Amino acid sequence: MENNIVLEMKGIDKLFPGVKALQNVDFTLRQGEIHALMGENGAGKSTLIKVLTGVYPMDGGEIIMEGKSIVNHSPEQAQENGISTVYQEITLCPNLSVAENLFIGREPRKAGFIDWKAMNKRSAELLENLDIHVAPAQELDECSIAVQQMIAIARAVDMKCRVLILDEPTSSLDDDEVEKLFVLMNKLKAQGVGIIFVTHFLEQVYAVCDRITVLRNGELVGEYTTKELPRYQLVAKMMGKDFDDLADIKSEHAGKPHAAGAPVIEATGIGHKGTIRPFDLTVEKGEVIGLTGLLGSGRSELVRAIYGADKADSGTLKVNGKQAKINAPIDAMQQGMAYLPEDRKRDGIIADLSVRENIIIALQAKRGMFHPMSRKEMDEAADKYIDMLQIKTASRETPIKSLSGGNQQKCIIGRWLLTNPDFLILDEPTRGIDIGTKTEIQKLVLDLADKGMSVAFISSEIEEMLRTCSRMAVLRDGKKVGELSGSDLTQDKIMQTIAGGDKTNV
Amino acid sequence: MSEQKKFHWSSITRHHLFLPIMCLIVVLLSNLIKTPDFFAISMRDGVLYGYIIDVINRASELVILAVGMTLVTAASGGQDISVGAVMAVAAAVCCQILSGGQTSVDAFQNPLILGVLAALAAAALCGAFNGYLVAHLHIQPMVATLILYTAGRGIAQLVTGGQITYVRVGAYSMWGGALPHMLFPLPVFFAVAVVLIVSLILKKSALGLYIESVGINSSSSRLVGLNAKRIKMITYIICGLLAGIAGFVASSRIYSADANNIGLNLEMDAILAVALGGNILSGGKFSIAGSVIGAYTIQALTTTLYAMNVSSDQLPVYKAIVVVIIVTLQSPVFQKFINNQRAKRAVKRGQTNGGAVV
Repeated sequence: MENNIVLEMKGIDKLFPGVKALQNVDFTLRQGEIHALMGENGAGKSTLIKVLTGVYPMDGGEIIMEGKSIVNHSPEQAQENGISTVYQEITLCPNLSVAENLFIGREPRKAGFIDWKAMNKRSAELLENLDIHVAPAQELDECSIAVQQMIAIARAVDMKCRVLILDEPTSSLDDDEVEKLFVLMNKLKAQGVGIIFVTHFLEQVYAVCDRITVLRNGELVGEYTTKELPRYQLVAKMMGKDFDDLADIKSEHAGKPHAAGAPVIEATGIGHKGTIRPFDLTVEKGEVIGLTGLLGSGRSELVRAIYGADKADSGTLKVNGKQAKINAPIDAMQQGMAYLPEDRKRDGIIADLSVRENIIIALQAKRGMFHPMSRKEMDEAADKYIDMLQIKTASRETPIKSLSGGNQQKCIIGRWLLTNPDFLILDEPTRGIDIGTKTEIQKLVLDLADKGMSVAFISSEIEEMLRTCSRMAVLRDGKKVGELSGSDLTQDKIMQTIAGGDKTNV
Repeated sequence: MSEQKKFHWSSITRHHLFLPIMCLIVVLLSNLIKTPDFFAISMRDGVLYGYIIDVINRASELVILAVGMTLVTAASGGQDISVGAVMAVAAAVCCQILSGGQTSVDAFQNPLILGVLAALAAAALCGAFNGYLVAHLHIQPMVATLILYTAGRGIAQLVTGGQITYVRVGAYSMWGGALPHMLFPLPVFFAVAVVLIVSLILKKSALGLYIESVGINSSSSRLVGLNAKRIKMITYIICGLLAGIAGFVASSRIYSADANNIGLNLEMDAILAVALGGNILSGGKFSIAGSVIGAYTIQALTTTLYAMNVSSDQLPVYKAIVVVIIVTLQSPVFQKFINNQRAKRAVKRGQTNGGAVV
């Protein structure tokens, strides 16, 4: 049974400055199997793939390919050893033909010149063989993303790969295209290729994979047969909760039921094509609503559609009972919304500006260009929030980029509190922040809600959500799939809803 | 006491305008070697004359352009290379209206104010065109403004019908010359007015903060409610408008619209002025004062070289050499090197001092 192992990684270690990205990770791939590599963001999936393909050197462990120990120093070397990778973003040349893309760098030659005839003929055979319906002479640009992906796979297959790594191949495909990709994957599987499938989509894992390896925090959680691992347990394993010792936090939470208030936000059928399917959501005054789901499930995209960061292309939104037209974030701000984005560096801080400027910028933008705040007003506002949120900074004129992550985050929170919003959206406010600050932020959220502010809270940590939220909306694969409140707010119930499928039907 | 003096000195050398000002002073002082009377100033009819006044006068157009270029650079992280050509367009429109379509006139055919306003409108329109390409179509500024850089002079030629249009009217050429008892030639006043007005706008509105914010992080800026597109657009329109003013000044100096020569290569000097002023060409925080000093430095350099009898066709070579030196002095790598040297020396001094005490 075990002699059909094609690839074995044993005790892989990888250190980055200050972080153990991988610690003693084992991974085994057999001939003709589709093996899912699962884990939350930062679990070490991509690091493991990069170690395997020679992008990163490994700091410990062994890679055994078909019984022989190998070391890959580069992706090219990995390819020679029979390991090919197809990435989420197509890495082919869009302005070359399909055939050229298939054979680039290894063109069939005749007397030193490229043998176009042979190239086109072999391309046609290869595509035919894999049931990819596209003409070899067609320009790659004209093919759909799905077909481009398949061509990348065909290229890998023709280079005699025995291990094929598909890194998030389905993120930009629609359902039909995913289905076609699965047909191709199954075909390759039948030909004896071992496939490593990296994805965030649970449905797809259960549709096509034979085995699942779960990583968490750079460590191996375990290898499981798909049939024997119920979905909710997979979610529990990814999040690092043992399914048995749950439900203990509930009692802690029970003490603060939410008294129903007037609805502040009423979204009906709001959606944004490609990121979040139309959803309904109501948020009441003084309520903390949690949005939960795995990464990429659409929880950030949902709030972005409400806030106008991605302009909603369907549905209607009522704010405080009145119809609101949100075309851009400024419209949402005028309606009393505030949005702390998930990616602090990219979307939050304005790095070279001072703490003061970063705090006042939203209020200034709300007031308009010709109603500038006086220097005194700015100084007072900055000092107030530096003091209130205990932001550790040399002075209010220090550039925000020289502050620690937690203090930067507090500045952004201060920025939004200064605008005195009715509805505050916090997307991963505590990520990458030390435990003390984390608790402060959670307390702050509850205080704000007590004072009548409505808050939408997104976090990858379920405990944190349970501590702060009185109701939770659950998302999966870009769709809102349910709402939980009251006695349903338990860790196992949430995970079951996140997982969906076999155990619960929400 | 001496301690305190040292502290003051280092706070001056670390000021962001320290290097630009030093460069200007060095360029000016270098004249004393060959032209001892460089700083000599005489007065005739209540107007000052001398090399140094000449530098200040000749730099006027460049100063005006540099102000606009600074804003564009800060907001969009790119430069507007069409300003020289836009100057030519403005000059052509102005002269053509004033001459009523003839190639040479001795009296205004239309009111002066009409010509000026039309010229400024045309220039602002050019700026809006550039701004649209950059802000809305996301074309790289260098590429977007390349269109008017090449087409602008052609448009100016079309406006003047391929001729050089002369407006031989005293009321026109005076704007590029000097009036009695005004102390400085009139272009200087244009430059000063532009710098003051733009500074005032930046101070009295939130535009300066908006421009910096958009230039540093366009994505964050949008999420805090700024309209990044509109702000970029505004900077390009201002830049175009200022190019129009510069075009008017340049044209009144020669009381004509010479589409091929007005503002020729001035866009490069304007970009250089922004860089010499210590501004980062990839956008973000900016200093108008720095760019203005940069503009005067470049003009001082040009005048200096002329005073040293460098012929105009060799001028670019010497200019290039000096620019390389100035830019190197201000480069982050060199600054880091200097700081390291300073730190090393400080450590050494600390050691010897420590040794002496023990």
